[in-house]
Amino acid sequence: MNRFRRANRAAILASVAASFALVAPAAAQETFKLGIVTFLSGPAADSFGVPARNGAQFVIDQLNKGAAPSPYEKVGFGGIKVEPVIIDENGGATKQVQELRNLYQRDNVDVVLGYIGSGDCLAVAPIAEELKKMLVLMDCGTPRIFEDAKYNYVFRTAAHATMDNVGLIRYMKAKNIKMTTLSAINQDYAWGQDSRADFVAAAEQLYPGVKLQTDLLPKFGAGQYGTEISALVGAGSDVVYSSLWGGDLQAFVLQSAPRGLPKRSQLVFSAADHVLPPLGDKMPDGTIIGARGAYGLMSQKSPLNDWLFKGYEAANGVYPVQASYRMTQAILGLKAAVEKAMAKNGGKKPSTDEMVAAMTGLEWQTPGGLIQMKLADGHQAIQPIAFSRTKYNPDLKRVDLVDIQYFAAECVNPPPGVKAIDWIKGGMQGAKCD
Amino acid sequence: MHPLVMIALVAAVTLFGRALPTWTLSLATIAASNALISLGIVVLARTGNVSFGQGLFFAAGGYGVALIANAWGLTDAVAQVIVGAACGGLLGLVIGPLIARYSGIFFGMLTLALSMVFYGALVKTTALGGSDGFNVGRPSLFGMSFTDPREADFMLYAVSVIVTGFAGIAATILFRSEFGLASLAVRENNLRVEYLGLSANRIVSINFAIAAVFAGASGAFALMAQRHIDPQFAYWTTSGEFVFVAVLAGNQSVAAVFVASMALELVRSFSNLYLPNTWQLVLGIFLLGVILFLPRGIGSLWIRDRRKRRTAADVPLAAERGAAS
Amino acid sequence: MNFFLTIVLDGLIQASWLFVVALGLTLVFGVLKILNIAHGSFYALGAYIAATVVTMVAARSLPPSVGFVAMLLAVAMIASAVGWLLERGLLKMFYGRDEVVLLLVTYAVFLIMEDVTKLIWGVNPIYATQPYELFGNLEFAGLYYVGYDLVLIPISAAIGFAIWFGLNRTVIGKIVLAVIHNEEMSLSMGVRVNRVYAIAFAFGVLLAALAGALTAPKISMQPGLSSDVIILSFAIVVIGGLGSVEGAAVGALLVGLARAASVHLMPQAELFVIYLIMAVVLMFRPEGLFKRETARRI
Repeated sequence: MNRFRRANRAAILASVAASFALVAPAAAQETFKLGIVTFLSGPAADSFGVPARNGAQFVIDQLNKGAAPSPYEKVGFGGIKVEPVIIDENGGATKQVQELRNLYQRDNVDVVLGYIGSGDCLAVAPIAEELKKMLVLMDCGTPRIFEDAKYNYVFRTAAHATMDNVGLIRYMKAKNIKMTTLSAINQDYAWGQDSRADFVAAAEQLYPGVKLQTDLLPKFGAGQYGTEISALVGAGSDVVYSSLWGGDLQAFVLQSAPRGLPKRSQLVFSAADHVLPPLGDKMPDGTIIGARGAYGLMSQKSPLNDWLFKGYEAANGVYPVQASYRMTQAILGLKAAVEKAMAKNGGKKPSTDEMVAAMTGLEWQTPGGLIQMKLADGHQAIQPIAFSRTKYNPDLKRVDLVDIQYFAAECVNPPPGVKAIDWIKGGMQGAKCD
Repeated sequence: MHPLVMIALVAAVTLFGRALPTWTLSLATIAASNALISLGIVVLARTGNVSFGQGLFFAAGGYGVALIANAWGLTDAVAQVIVGAACGGLLGLVIGPLIARYSGIFFGMLTLALSMVFYGALVKTTALGGSDGFNVGRPSLFGMSFTDPREADFMLYAVSVIVTGFAGIAATILFRSEFGLASLAVRENNLRVEYLGLSANRIVSINFAIAAVFAGASGAFALMAQRHIDPQFAYWTTSGEFVFVAVLAGNQSVAAVFVASMALELVRSFSNLYLPNTWQLVLGIFLLGVILFLPRGIGSLWIRDRRKRRTAADVPLAAERGAAS
Repeated sequence: MNFFLTIVLDGLIQASWLFVVALGLTLVFGVLKILNIAHGSFYALGAYIAATVVTMVAARSLPPSVGFVAMLLAVAMIASAVGWLLERGLLKMFYGRDEVVLLLVTYAVFLIMEDVTKLIWGVNPIYATQPYELFGNLEFAGLYYVGYDLVLIPISAAIGFAIWFGLNRTVIGKIVLAVIHNEEMSLSMGVRVNRVYAIAFAFGVLLAALAGALTAPKISMQPGLSSDVIILSFAIVVIGGLGSVEGAAVGALLVGLARAASVHLMPQAELFVIYLIMAVVLMFRPEGLFKRETARRI
């Protein structure tokens, strides 16, 4: 037994020693250590997490080579090479809090950038604020982050979900879609609940007297929607709205198409561009979809967009979707902020406070259009968005997008200082549409 | 080990936190808080019952503290631990007597079922944030608030190590007491215990309540460390991990619970970087190995040693099972 | 009336595959007295194998009916082999130890299986929808239903009946029942209890995997599938009573119908309603609706 005991102690000592060894300070050569958090496994990996990671790898690789187009031609961030530390967002909010601490305190990253899940964003934001470290949220949708709290060190470089739903209603109105009755199916967590609330509120503004019939909130990752589809088909509303995404959306479309739901109701999906490649001809024609921005097949031509679209396609074999764009715009925004801070401090690697000051209220060009940090005292972005209808192209065996319409950022996002839901319910005052 | 020695040990570990890097502090805080709930499972396991639903009390403590903190601004760390322990304990007092008459698989299954009922209720309660949960503010201590992240982490570390340490000392004393030995007897044969004039149900209920108190306090720590709570606290896989620690530790040594908990947290901490898709596999194989080769847990590595020495010195064996360190 | 019919039909579709999963769980418990936490993992295993087979068949441009039959055969063979090997190679080592120890062993198997499926099939969702179109669509009560969903109902009823018949009306079934009631006595009467254990466990795994294969064309297979399924089948056997075939049927029906009714009538209560039924049953009949009296040995 003594040998066991010694072996046991030795093992404990070794593991403690190993853990100390890993806290050794970062390499002497100066790099910009960027923690990147995105889904590498789990339900959101395929649709969002992995495209986002591929986007990050492409952009960081290009930046470190100095190969990005103007105005991003400087190597890395202002001449400092970017060293990414990529970790998995899967495992729940509680786990992410611990992982965020590890990134800042154990791995000594300069900035953490990422997060797709709304629940994760809500949980990690206050931790970064307490640790006084910069956190850039790149994708999550819930408007609550900056509406329920005030942050100095936290930024979101993409518009929140209000834009997706206000834009969707504006698109439907522009295309004369009839809607006297409405049904909805959304996941039972922050993203689904907030999207639903915004859509219903916006519908009541532009379609006065619209009646909400079946209103379903299945569990995230439910996978089987047989009963829900019966209820939706039974209700037979003019429009069926959903903010489902990823595997859940695919399962829903696969199960509902044979049961005649698209024939009875106009389907409108607020975030569906990423399921078009896997679904192919299973996606019913004429479905109205959004991509949470002017992204992918709905993106507008520009040198920056060509650079991302073609370069990403060459590197990964598929075209970039929403998450790749959002990752790109977050990294470019951080680069712009770091370089702005370096212009001020004489070219040194900027401190967290200098970066925060530079990022606040920043505007920068991205493949998806101009991003402006206009809301929440310069911490929350607004951006333009596009919507369209699907049409399967049997010759190319892929879904084409037709009837594309763009909306300016200030047409679909609330003005500063107003809560999104109050803005919608107040009649969307101050919206600047072309 | 004499209780005074143990108190000195707790003090030493607390002060050692001063030398630890910041990220290990929060890791150790979580490990200590998980050790506390697993200790509760060990206490209960001495009556032969394994609870697969400690997540229930863990979540009850966490949500109780979070609600009171947000409603009345109670931020004191020690007060929060007491509130958490009280929430868990009260629930344990209600549930314990109801399920004390079951044993073995039925006991495990009932506890699991109850925690899943709670989980289902939490997920559907939008007022509590539904499946997203909600955030709470930073804890303070005796009127001091800590704005420096390192000081705040150390404060939490110190409180959790001290509370868990004292819980460990209390458990050790309990294990050696008449009640603790009677609990072991319930595991061997509860009918014979009844013949001796003791109530097996009552013994199980009391142990259950103790485990619930520990779980509630542990929930309070988890909340303070993460500042966020969601229904995952009550999900069965969360409870499963605590059982894992308890099995790994065995029911002979309190110290083993701490070692097992720290080991699990270290593995978890590095798993995301080095074994993202195999760490459950490693845990599973490890668990099988422990059940097969060390049926009394890693605690038996050093406890068995001592027993041999005692036998050599002709010490009566009667108290062997009660030995704990 | 139509509305009511819709609820019943939706509930039956749900109940059908849940019943098959729960049947496996309850059978293993009845014979081996093991509450198999890894049961959901075998469901996931079946679903993943089915997806692989269906994709392989589709890649050779064979009709989906071939894929459907091939997936069932492949799953049946692999799952019973896995079950047999697990029982002979692993569980056997722990017989004679506490019931709770076996519970922990299956928990370890659950942990291992979680990662093994990830290692084999990756972490991204996979699909195998070809067989879903096999039986066309039917119009019923003003709604369209997918034929495949409806076919699941008689299939699972047939599986249930076969198990019930096998247990109660055949010699092998009587032997299994004898082992359930008293294994020591069976042993002394010359029953090879070890073999009965192995067969029963393999059968339990087979049923879980079969349910996974039958649902595979409807769903997306992704990590985390197993932990939800095990909880649902737990709820069913808790409601029906551990070790009872009739109980599993009634439990599955209750859970399926309750879920369907809540989606149609009160969507907020979905998920929760299942746990609520479980809690109520536990409170009033803690050993399930179909309680099996067992003599306690002192």
